[in-house]
Amino acid sequence: MIEGRNIEKSFGENHVLHDISCRFHTGKTNLIIGQSGSGKTVLMKCLVGLFEVDSGQVLYDNRNFAAMNIEQRKMIRQELGMLFQGAALFDSMTVEENVMFPLNMFTKKSKEEKLERVNFVLKRVNLINTNRLMPSELSGGMKKRVAIARAIVMNPRYLFCDEPNSGLDPQTSSVIDILIQELTYEYGITTIINTHDMNSVLSIGDSIEFIYSGRIWWSGSKEEILHMGNKELNEFVFGTELTKRLRE
Amino acid sequence: MIMFKPISTIGSYVLLMKRVFTRPQKGKIFRQQLFFEIDQLGLDSIGFVGFISIFMGAVVAIQTAYNIDNPFIPMKMVGWTTRQSVILEFSPTVISLILAGKVGSRIASQIGTMRVTEQIDALEIMGVNSANYLILPKVVASILINPVLIVFSMWLGIIGGWGAMLSSRLVTSHDYIQGIRVDFDSYIIFYALTKTLCFAFIIATVSGFFGYQTQGGALEVGQASTKAVVISSIVIIMFNLVLTQLLLG
Repeated sequence: MIEGRNIEKSFGENHVLHDISCRFHTGKTNLIIGQSGSGKTVLMKCLVGLFEVDSGQVLYDNRNFAAMNIEQRKMIRQELGMLFQGAALFDSMTVEENVMFPLNMFTKKSKEEKLERVNFVLKRVNLINTNRLMPSELSGGMKKRVAIARAIVMNPRYLFCDEPNSGLDPQTSSVIDILIQELTYEYGITTIINTHDMNSVLSIGDSIEFIYSGRIWWSGSKEEILHMGNKELNEFVFGTELTKRLRE
Repeated sequence: MIMFKPISTIGSYVLLMKRVFTRPQKGKIFRQQLFFEIDQLGLDSIGFVGFISIFMGAVVAIQTAYNIDNPFIPMKMVGWTTRQSVILEFSPTVISLILAGKVGSRIASQIGTMRVTEQIDALEIMGVNSANYLILPKVVASILINPVLIVFSMWLGIIGGWGAMLSSRLVTSHDYIQGIRVDFDSYIIFYALTKTLCFAFIIATVSGFFGYQTQGGALEVGQASTKAVVISSIVIIMFNLVLTQLLLG
């Protein structure tokens, strides 16, 4: 489980996160939702340590990440994987080299063992015969799948996904969502997904945190979200023409 | 506030260098990166450096020959002047400035692009010291390959001058060769290579710093690249004066 306790974060005069406390459960897809600029990405970057919190705690199974030194953080980071909004594949490396990179960096496995693991995770994300391709030769959905393969190649305990559906068509988005959910259940990973896509919310939102103006405004599940009387939440959930019509 | 900007930039540079100059996490990967950078930053520049050196050496020799109009100055001074100009200043400083443009912009734009496309964040998330992984091989590669490029440039500059004298017949081959051998002190090579090492360090670290600090998008990558070239060149020129005073003064 990952827990945030009383997290505060400012950039100069701009106070982005206000006293955020939240829990993300093991073996579930935990979603952070909210409008653009509400503080979702900043919260995720605070959780993974890309931003230092001004105050508060980030606990990985009761280990306080925010208070750890660089060496201790390195150990935790080997237990987590992250899927970035733009996939963040290393563009000078092939698909195989991208996925093998963490294995090369942190394991002493033989080349054959590493290749076997790479092929296994690539197959798991439904990518076959792509090992020699460069990231520039892949479609948006394939890039995301390679990034997922790279994120899970070290068997992470925690998986972070920053807007996994951005730039993808609805069908491919759905494929990515289902893949992330399957991996979460299969390996018992604590998965945190940052999104504003209502399709994802309704299909894979085991646990949802709604952020509004840098505060946790509502917490619940996909079953509850459609029936809440919260004005800000309803404006977000029923913000599109399609959801408005479905509601009517 | 304007006064504090350069101080804070120098502070950020020092802090980044503290992260760069640590032991690489995996020796094998560092060696692979190092050979890749030697190829990209050094061997890739050989043709360009050679071309400029031949022509600059030729121009220095021709200008010297045309400006010697006193019958009491022997024509072998053309060879001597070309040698001194090329070894003392042209090869170590001017070629380093040219490399600051070619190699510096490449380093800054490569690292800057990795920053804005979150590739550096991806490295950090994995637990990789991204500053060390990305910048250290470039610094070591530059320090290893730039002296080779500069010695090559010195040699071609002098050959260029000789070629120009042969084709223009301003000075005989015998006089020119006598000139480049007269009163030779090997200390000038030491001086030139010391400057080269210092400039190589400046080019790689300053460009790496500006690339690493990039924030934003494509426009900012371009700005970082320009800034890297401008600041590297300014620092090279300043250190050129300091080193000359220290080593020759």
